[in-house]
Amino acid sequence: MEIHEYQAKAILADYGVAIPDGGLAYSPEQATYRASEIGGEQWVVKAQIHSGARGQAGGIKLCGDEREVWEAADELLGKRLVTNQTGERGKGVYRLYVEAAVSAVSEIYLGFVLDRSAERVMVVASAEGGMAIEEIAARDPAAVVRVNVEPAVGLQAFEAREIAFAVGLEASLVPQAVQMMSACYRAFGDLDATMLEINPLAVTADNRLVALDAKMTFDDNALFRHQDVSELRDKSQEDPRERTATDRGLSYVGLDGNIGCIINGAGLAMATMDMIKHAGGEPANFLDIGGGASPERVLKAFRLVLSDDNVEAVLVNIFAGINRCDWVAEGVVQALEQLDLEVPVVVRLSGTNVEEGRRILAEADVGVITADSLVEAGTKAAAAVRGRAA
Amino acid sequence: MSVILDETTPVLVQGITGRIATFHTAEMLEYGTNVVGGVTPGRGGGSHCGVPVFDTMKQAVAATEATASIVFVPPPFAADAIMEAADAGIEYCVCITEGIPVQDMIKVKRYQRRYQHASRMCLIGPNCAGVISPGRAMMGIMPPHIYERGPVGIVSRSGTLGYEAASQLKAVGIGVSTSVGIGGDPINGSSFLDHLKRFEADGETEAIVMIGEIGGLQEAQAAQYARDHMHKPVVGYIAGLTAPKGRTMGHAGAIVSTVGESAAEKVELMRECGVKIVKLPSDFGTIVPKVLRR
Repeated sequence: MEIHEYQAKAILADYGVAIPDGGLAYSPEQATYRASEIGGEQWVVKAQIHSGARGQAGGIKLCGDEREVWEAADELLGKRLVTNQTGERGKGVYRLYVEAAVSAVSEIYLGFVLDRSAERVMVVASAEGGMAIEEIAARDPAAVVRVNVEPAVGLQAFEAREIAFAVGLEASLVPQAVQMMSACYRAFGDLDATMLEINPLAVTADNRLVALDAKMTFDDNALFRHQDVSELRDKSQEDPRERTATDRGLSYVGLDGNIGCIINGAGLAMATMDMIKHAGGEPANFLDIGGGASPERVLKAFRLVLSDDNVEAVLVNIFAGINRCDWVAEGVVQALEQLDLEVPVVVRLSGTNVEEGRRILAEADVGVITADSLVEAGTKAAAAVRGRAA
Repeated sequence: MSVILDETTPVLVQGITGRIATFHTAEMLEYGTNVVGGVTPGRGGGSHCGVPVFDTMKQAVAATEATASIVFVPPPFAADAIMEAADAGIEYCVCITEGIPVQDMIKVKRYQRRYQHASRMCLIGPNCAGVISPGRAMMGIMPPHIYERGPVGIVSRSGTLGYEAASQLKAVGIGVSTSVGIGGDPINGSSFLDHLKRFEADGETEAIVMIGEIGGLQEAQAAQYARDHMHKPVVGYIAGLTAPKGRTMGHAGAIVSTVGESAAEKVELMRECGVKIVKLPSDFGTIVPKVLRR
C-alpha cells in the first residue's frame, strides 16, 4: 500500500526525523493560510499523488509570496498529473502540501528496501541525492552504498556511521545522520514497511539534516496489525478497476489490450497472458480468481473484466486443483445469461470435475467457444477478437 | 526413490482442525500419505480425521516421531507455526498459507539459522501447492490424479503451472518423481537451487523441469548451479513475458523491481547456462520427451 508524502513525513517526524514546517491544503485559500501560518519568505506547494518524479511533471512549485501560493494551488488542485510513473491517465491531485522552502547546501539519497536475495532489510545511500536511485546506480554504480541489516539486532550505530561517512557527510553531521537512520529503521520495522525513501535528504546552511521528500510503502499482508496505517489509504489514487477488485478479494491488474482474462493461479494467469500475446492477441488484464472459486465469484470476475470498455473477448482458463470446474462452469453460464454479453467468450477447463464442468457448458448452450488445451485457449481467444474486427 | 517425501514419511498437520486443513488432511490420507497426527493449541488429547491431535509440536513429535509437517495456519500466526516446527526437530515443513507478512518471513529465516546447516529444517513455501511424490504420498493441495509416477522432477513457484506441466507430461505418457512448489512470496523457504541439488542426487529423477516467474533472482542462481554442478538436463520456463514492470502480478513476489528480474532477462540467463528453454507454457509435453530421449 502506498501513502502520500505528507503522511510519510508525519510518520517519520514522530520517530524523530527532521522535516520542514508544513501543512495540508484542499483549496487555494487553505494553501495561502498554511503559508502564512508557516511564515518565512518562500514556500513549496506540492501536489500529493502516489507517484515520484512529481517535480519534472510540474507538480511542485516554488512560491515567493502568498499570491503565488494561491495561484499554484489553484492550478494544481483537480488537475491530473502525468509523471513517468503514472501511465498516461495520470493521477488526480486533490490534496496539496505547503511547506517552508529549505535551501540545501547538498542533497543525499537515503532509502530502506527489502533485499529479497539477502532476505534482509537493506539501507541504500548515495551522495548524489535528488534523482532516482536507478539513475544514480546506472550512471555510477560506485556512488551507491548498500548495507544489509542483521534482523536479530537491527541497524547498529557503527553501520549508520559507515554509511554517513561513505556519502561524504561532515563529521559534525554524523551523529544526526546516525539518529535519523536508526529512526527510519525503527519506523520501517514497527510499521511493516516494504520501502522507505528520503530523497533528497538536505544538508542545510545551518548544518542540519532535513527530509525534503519522503515516500513509504507498506506490506499489504501486514495491514491486519496496523489499523493506523490502513487508515492512510487514499482510494482516489488507485485505478478504479483495481480498487473494485481489491474490495472484492480478487487480484487484478489492468493492462492495455482487449482480451479479458479470468484465470486461477498467478502463475497460470501470467502464462496465459504470454500465450495470448504469442497467438497475436493482447491481454486486457491480469486476474487471478484464487482457489475454491464459487459461481458467484466467477460472475463478479466477469463483471470486473467487462467494466473495461476495451475488452473485445473474454478468456476463462481454469486448471482446477482446489477449484471445481463445475462451479466455474455454472459461473460462466450465469454470466452469459445475466450480463447481456456482446463479446465472444472462450472457456478452457481442466482438472477437478472437468467432465461435469464441460457438461454444464454444453447443456446450457449459451454459445461459449470451448478449448481443450492452453494453446487452443490462447489461439481461439486471439482469433475471436480478429473475427470481430473482420 | 523420490525426494523429500514417500509413503513412509510420518507427517503432522499444523492447524489440523481448521476447515481447509480438514479437507486436505482427508485428501492426503486418501492418497496414502502417512499422516500421523495434527496440532491445534488447546485441542490436544482429541482426534481429528482419525489421527490424534496435540497442543504443541514438541508433544506431537515426541508421540509420533514425525519428521515432516504441513502448515495450514492463518497468515498472522503462520510464521510462529513454522518456527515451532523447526524447534520441534521437523526435517521438512511445507507451508501452504498465503499472505504471511514479509518481515515475519525475515524473522523465520533468521530463526532457522540457529540450527547448523546439516540439521536445519527445510521449509517449502509459504504460499505454495506443496509436495507430491506420485503414487507414494502427497503433502499439499494439488489434484493428485493429474500426476503419473516417473522420471521427471518438477520445481515450480506457481501451483497451477506445476499442474499444467504435470498434466501435459501425463498426456504424453511421462511421469513425475516428485513435484515441489516453492511458492510465490518474495522471501521463501527453500529455493530452486535447493531442490535442483536434491533432484540431481535422486536415483529416480532423470530430468528436471523448473518453472519460474518474474521477480527475484533465484532462477538465475539455480541455472548457474545447473551449469557448474549438474549432469541431469534441466528444462526451464519463466512466466510473465508480458507483465509490466513495477506491478505485482498476483503473487506478492511476482514483481519486476530491479535488473535481472524480468522474464526476458531470466530466460536469457538460463539459456546461457545451458537450460533448455520452454518458450510457451503449452510446450512442456513436447520439450521434455526430447530431453529425456537424449
